[in-house]
Amino acid sequence: MEYPSPVVEVVALAKTYQVHRRPPGLWPALRSVFHRPTEAVMAVRGLSFRIAPGERVGFLGPNGAGKTTTLKMLAGLLHPTSGQVTVAGAVPFRREAAFLKQITLVMGQKQQLLWDLPPAETYAMNRAIYDIPRAEAEATIRDLAALLEVEELLGRPTRQLSLGERMKCELIAALLHRPRVLFLDEPTIGLDVSMQAKMREFIRHYNEAFGAAVLLTSHYMDDVTALCPRVIVIDHGQLVYDGDLKALVRRIRPDKRLAVRTATPVDRAHLAALGTVVLHDGLQVVLSVAPERLNSTIQALLQTLPVADLAIEDPPLEEVMRELFQEVRTASATAATAATPATAAKQVG
Amino acid sequence: MKPGRTQLARALGAYPTLLRVGLSEVVAYRAEFVVWILTTNMPFVMLAIWHAVASDGPVGRFGRGDFVAYYLGGWIIRLLTSTWMVWELSTAIRDGSLSSRLLRPIHPLFAFSAEHLAALPMRLLVVSPVMVVLLASAGRRLAIFDPIFDPRVAAIFLASLVGAWLLIFFTMVLLGSLAFFLESALGVFELWLALHSILSGYLIPQEFLPGWLAAVARRSPFDSMLAFPLETLLGLRDVHVALGDLAVQWTWVGAMVAAGLAVFERGVRRYMAFGG
Repeated sequence: MEYPSPVVEVVALAKTYQVHRRPPGLWPALRSVFHRPTEAVMAVRGLSFRIAPGERVGFLGPNGAGKTTTLKMLAGLLHPTSGQVTVAGAVPFRREAAFLKQITLVMGQKQQLLWDLPPAETYAMNRAIYDIPRAEAEATIRDLAALLEVEELLGRPTRQLSLGERMKCELIAALLHRPRVLFLDEPTIGLDVSMQAKMREFIRHYNEAFGAAVLLTSHYMDDVTALCPRVIVIDHGQLVYDGDLKALVRRIRPDKRLAVRTATPVDRAHLAALGTVVLHDGLQVVLSVAPERLNSTIQALLQTLPVADLAIEDPPLEEVMRELFQEVRTASATAATAATPATAAKQVG
Repeated sequence: MKPGRTQLARALGAYPTLLRVGLSEVVAYRAEFVVWILTTNMPFVMLAIWHAVASDGPVGRFGRGDFVAYYLGGWIIRLLTSTWMVWELSTAIRDGSLSSRLLRPIHPLFAFSAEHLAALPMRLLVVSPVMVVLLASAGRRLAIFDPIFDPRVAAIFLASLVGAWLLIFFTMVLLGSLAFFLESALGVFELWLALHSILSGYLIPQEFLPGWLAAVARRSPFDSMLAFPLETLLGLRDVHVALGDLAVQWTWVGAMVAAGLAVFERGVRRYMAFGG
C-alpha cells in the first residue's frame, strides 16, 4: 500500500534473540556454569509495512508469530537486529522525548498504574512527566473517564479495581498525552464480552476524535472485525498478508453463512440439500453457501422451512485465519521440499 | 504540551510531582518500610559488643560514649543515604516492568531518584528518636557541638551526605543494571554488601582494621559512602583532611554517575522487555 506520509514505516525489520538453552536435570545445570550454549531465535524476519495517519490496522498471527516483538520495536523498547523503523518521524529505539510524547503502547498483561495508589495519582504523575497543562489534562481525564464510565473509580486504589475497571483506567493513563500513534497489544484480554465491546467503542472514538493511527493485536477476532478495515498478518516473523480484511475473507473463505432460526425443528437431510450444514442445534441452523448460490438458497429456505429469523454473515475470522496459516505452511513445506537444503531458521551459537 | 521548554526544564518541572507521588507510595507501604528499617540492626549489635569491650577502658581513640556516637551516627547516616535501587532495578529488568518507565519521556533513573528521595521524610521520622538518643547520650562528641565549632565542618558534613547518597544510588544503578547482562545480579550485590560492611566502617571503625586493610578501605569508594561523613560528624577527621576527602568523594560520585549511566544505557540496548 502507498501513502503520501506514513506515520509508521517499517522496512526489512528483523529481530533475533539469543536464548540460553539447557536440558533439565542436575548435570546440565552444573555444566551450564562453565558452558552456556545459546541459540539465535529469529522472532521477526524482514517485515515491511506502512501505516497512514488515522488508520486502524489489525496485527494478527498465531502465538509466537512475532507480533509483540514487533510492537515493542515500534515503541522503542527493543533494538532491531536489522532493518529500519520510523514512527511519527522518529527512530523509536533512540527514545527521544518528542517521539515518546506521540506514541503509547498498551499491553493487556502489563500495567503502568501505581498499584497501591488511586489511578488519579498515576494521571498526576503522567501530567507532570508529559508536561501537559493542568486544565488540558483535567479536561482529557474528565472526557475519557466519562466515555469509559469510570469517574467514580479514579480515587480508589488500583489494587481494589476489577480487571475491566483497571484496564479502562489504564487506557486513560496511556492516552492522557493524546498520542498520535496507539500500539495496542491485547487490550481486551480477560475482559467480559460487554467490557470488550465498550473498549472497542472507546478505541474507535479516540481514533476518530484525534485522528490517531491504531495498530492492534488481539486474539479476540471480534476486536479486529469491529475495528480494523485493514489487517497485517504475520507467521514465524514473516509477512503473510497485508491488506483489506474483507478481501482476505473473500479470498480464503468466499462462502457465506446463513444463520437461520426456525419456528419448529427441521430435518438435517433437508438442510444438507441446501448447503453445507455447519450447525444444527434444535431450532438454530447455520449453513455454508457459495456466494453465487446465496439468493437461490435463501429463496429455497424461505419457501420450504418455517423460518423465524435469517441473517447473512461472513465466516468467523478465526476460521479464515486458521485456513490462511494452513495455506502458508503448506506452501512453505512444498517450497522447502523443492529447494536445496533450506536456510536454517535457527542457528546454534 | 507547554511549548518552548527544554527537556531538562521539563524533567525538573515534573520533579515535585514525582516526589509527592513517591511519598504517597512510601506512606502506602509504611508497614513494609518500618520492618525493613528494623532489619538494619547490625550497628546496634556491634554497639552492644564494643560497649562491653570498652567497659575496662578506651579502645584506641574510642571510649564507651564514642562507640555510642559512632554506631548511632552510622546507623542514621546509613538510613539517610541508602537506597533499595538494586532490587527495584534488577526486578524491573527481569520481569519487564521497566518497559512502562522506558516509554515515558523522562529518563527512568531521574524518576527512580525522585521515588527514592521521596522516602527521606519517612526515614527522618523513623530515625528522629535515635537522633534524640544520640544527642542526649553522646551529643558532646559530635563535631558540630565542639566548643571551637568550625562552620566548614558542618558544610562538609552536609555536602558529604549528598555525595554519599549519590554515590550509593549510582552504585546501585550499576549493580542493578547488571541484570541486563547476568542472571544473578543480586549475587554480585551480596558480594558488594559484604565488602561495604567491612570497608565502609559500618561494622567496625576503619582504624580497627589491620593496617593494610585500613589503608585499602580509606582509598576505596566505601570510605566515601559512610566512614567519611560519619568521622567528619564525630570530629575524627580534621577539617583539612575532610576537605580533601570531600574532593575524593565527589570524584567517586562523578565516576560512578558516568559508570552507572553507561552500563544502564548499554543494558537498555540488550533489554528483552519480557512479558506482555
